[in-house]
Amino acid sequence: MEWTFTVRIVLAGSALLGLTGGVLGCFALLRRQSLLSDALAHAALPGVCLAFLITGSKSPEVLLAGAMVAGVLGAFAILAVIRNSRIKEDSAIGIILSVFFGAGIVLLTWIQKLPAGNQSGLDRFLFGQAATMGTDDIRLLSVVAVLVLCAVVLFFKEFKLVSFDQGFGVSLGLPVKLLEFGLTALLVLVVVIGLQMVGVVLMVATLVTPAAAARQWTDRLGLMLLLSGGIGAVSGSVGALASATLPRVPTGPAIVLVSSVILVFSLMLAPRRGMVWAMLQDRQVERRIRRENLLKDLYLAGERGTGFTSWVTLPILMGYRGLTGAGLLRSARRLVKNSHLERSGDQLRLTVEGIREAAKVVRKHRLWESYLSRRLELPPDHLHRDAEMMEHALSDEVVDDLDRRLGYPECDPHGKPIPREQS
Amino acid sequence: MNDTFVILLVGCMVASSCALVGTFLVLRKMALLGDAISHSVLPGIAIGFLLTQSRSSLVMVAGAGALGVLTVFLVERLQRTGRLYADASIGVVFPALFAVGVILISRYASMIDLDLDCVLYGEIAYTPWDLVVVAGKTVGPRAVWVTGLTLLLNLVVVGLFFKELKLVSFDPGLCEALGFRPVRLHYLLMALVSVTVVAAFESVGAILVVAMLVVPPSVAYLLVDRLILMLISAVAAGCIAVFAGYGLARMVDGSIAGGMAVAAGGLFILAFLFSPRYGLIATWIRGRRATGSSAGPNSVL
Repeated sequence: MEWTFTVRIVLAGSALLGLTGGVLGCFALLRRQSLLSDALAHAALPGVCLAFLITGSKSPEVLLAGAMVAGVLGAFAILAVIRNSRIKEDSAIGIILSVFFGAGIVLLTWIQKLPAGNQSGLDRFLFGQAATMGTDDIRLLSVVAVLVLCAVVLFFKEFKLVSFDQGFGVSLGLPVKLLEFGLTALLVLVVVIGLQMVGVVLMVATLVTPAAAARQWTDRLGLMLLLSGGIGAVSGSVGALASATLPRVPTGPAIVLVSSVILVFSLMLAPRRGMVWAMLQDRQVERRIRRENLLKDLYLAGERGTGFTSWVTLPILMGYRGLTGAGLLRSARRLVKNSHLERSGDQLRLTVEGIREAAKVVRKHRLWESYLSRRLELPPDHLHRDAEMMEHALSDEVVDDLDRRLGYPECDPHGKPIPREQS
Repeated sequence: MNDTFVILLVGCMVASSCALVGTFLVLRKMALLGDAISHSVLPGIAIGFLLTQSRSSLVMVAGAGALGVLTVFLVERLQRTGRLYADASIGVVFPALFAVGVILISRYASMIDLDLDCVLYGEIAYTPWDLVVVAGKTVGPRAVWVTGLTLLLNLVVVGLFFKELKLVSFDPGLCEALGFRPVRLHYLLMALVSVTVVAAFESVGAILVVAMLVVPPSVAYLLVDRLILMLISAVAAGCIAVFAGYGLARMVDGSIAGGMAVAAGGLFILAFLFSPRYGLIATWIRGRRATGSSAGPNSVL
C-alpha cells in the first residue's frame, strides 16, 4: 500500500464518519430508530438529485442541503402515515424508503441522460465512493463532526432523557418535541454526509452496528457513546486501510464488515452480557446443582438407615439419577477438596461439614414441599418435582422466613423430618 | 413478442408475486424483514453465479433462497438472545451480508458478467432481449419464464396454505394451539419471499423489490378488510403501478423500475387520502359527524 494523498483523505474521512456515526447511532439504537435511519438514507437520494437539477452545482454543500431537506421530509412523511392511517410503522418505513428511493433513481437516470449529467458523479451516492473524496469533503465532514459532538456534549442530559423517559422529560418542562427533532435532524445530517462514503444501503450499519456493539459492554449512556464512537472510528480506519491494501475491495463494505466482526465479538465476549459469559455461568450453576444433588443423595442414603457418615458405593449412587461414574467423581472431586466428602476407592461418605451442607439442601426441599402442600393445597404427588428445582434456587434467608411462616414444622407432607441446624 | 408487451408482462408478474407474499409481510408487521431479505440475498446470488457462471441457474436461486432464510434465522436468534432490539437486529444483519455480497461481486467482477448496478436497481428494459434457447429454438424471453414460474409457485403455495397463512397472520397463538406449526409456516413464507426477490431482481432490482413487496399490499390494507380481497387488490394495485410507472418512465426517459416505485407511491397517496373506509378524509368526516365538532384531522406533526 502506498501512503498516498488519497489514502490519507479516505482514512481521515472514514475515521471521522465512524466516530460521528457511532455516537449518534447510540441514540438511534436506544430510541428504536435503527431502521428509520435506513429509510432516511434512502430518502435523501431524490434530494441530492433535485438539488443538482435546480442549482446545476455539485458542490458538497448544495447536494447536502438537498439531501437534508429530502431526509427530513421523509422522516415527517413516515410519522404522518403512522399517525393518520392504520398503516403500521414497519410498512410506513418500507413505503417511504422505497418510493423516495425509486424517485431518486428516476431522477438519477434522467440526469445521466442530460448533457451536463454524465460527469455529475451523483451515482457515488448509491454505493459510496470514498476514493472520490476531496479535501472539501473532509472539511465539511469535520465541520459536521464537530457540530454533532458539541451538540451531544452540550445536550447530553436532555438527549439522555429523551432517549429513555420522555414522560419524565415532559414533566420537567423540557421541550421534548424540539429535542427529538434536533436528534433526528442531527441523524439526517450524519446520514447525508455518510452517503457519499458508504452508500445508501450500508449507511444504517455505520450508525447501528457500532452502537449495538458498544451496548454489550456497558449500561451507562456516556460510556456507551465513547465506546461506540471509538468502535466506529476503528472500523472506519481499519476498513479504509483494508480497502487501500487489498485489490478491489470497496471502502464502505470493508468498514461495515469490520464493525460487524466487532459486534459479533462483543455479543460473544462482553463481560456479563456476552454469550460465552452466560454459557460459563450456566455451566457453573449446573455443576453446583450436580454437587448439591450428590450431597443430598448421600444424606438420604444415610437417612434410610445406615447413618449419615457411612460409606456408600459409586454403583449405588449412580443408580439414583442414572449418572455415569465419571460424572459423579467429577462432582465429588470438588466436594472432597472442600472437605464435604471423603473418598476411598469407589466409596464416598459425608464429613460433618458435608452433612451440614446436605441438610441445608434437604431442608429447602422439604420446606418447599410443606409450603406447596399447606398454602397452595397441592396434592402430595405434585410436590416433589417443583421442590427438586427450588432446593437449588432458594436462598438461606428466604428459607428461614419460609420456616418461620410455616411455624417451624417438624415433618414434610410425606412425614419425613425437616433437618434444622443444631446451634 | 413486442418489447413493451414483454416489459409490462414481466412487470405485472413480478408485481403480482410480490403482492401475494408482501400482503402477509405487511399483515404480520414484517415489512422490513422483506427489505432486509431483498438486500442480504446478494451474496447468495454472487456465490451461485460464481459457482455456475450463469444467471439462469437454479444454483443461484437456491443460494439466494438459503441466504434469505439465513437472514431471518440470524435476525431471530439475535432478538432471542435479548441482547439487541428487534429493529437493531435487522439493521445489523442485512448490511453485513450485503457488504459481503458487494465485496464478492467487485472482487470477481472481471471474471463474471454480473453488474452491481443492474442487480441493485434492475433494468427491466433489457429483459426482452435475453432469450431462452431450448434445443436450438428460442422459446421467449428468459425473464418471462422466470417470473412466470415464480408467480405460479407463489399462487400454488398461497393457495395450498391459505388457511394456515391466514391464521398465522392474525392469531399465531390459535394457530399453534390448532396444531399447525407457526415457525415452519414462517420459514416457508420467508423462503417464498427470498425466491420472489431473486426472481424479481433483474427486472426491478434489489432495492425496488421492496416497493413491490410493501406498497401495493399497504394500499390494499387501506382499502379492504378481508384477506382474500386484500390479496386481490394488492395484486391489482401492483399491476396498475407497473403500467403507470412504465408510462412515467417513458415520459421522462428514466429508469422504469424507479418509475414503478414512484407510481406505487402515488397509488398509496391516493389511498391514504381517499380510501372510503380508512382514508384521511373519510376518517375526518366520520370524526366530525361523530363529535359534531369542527376539529381538523389529526395534526401531522
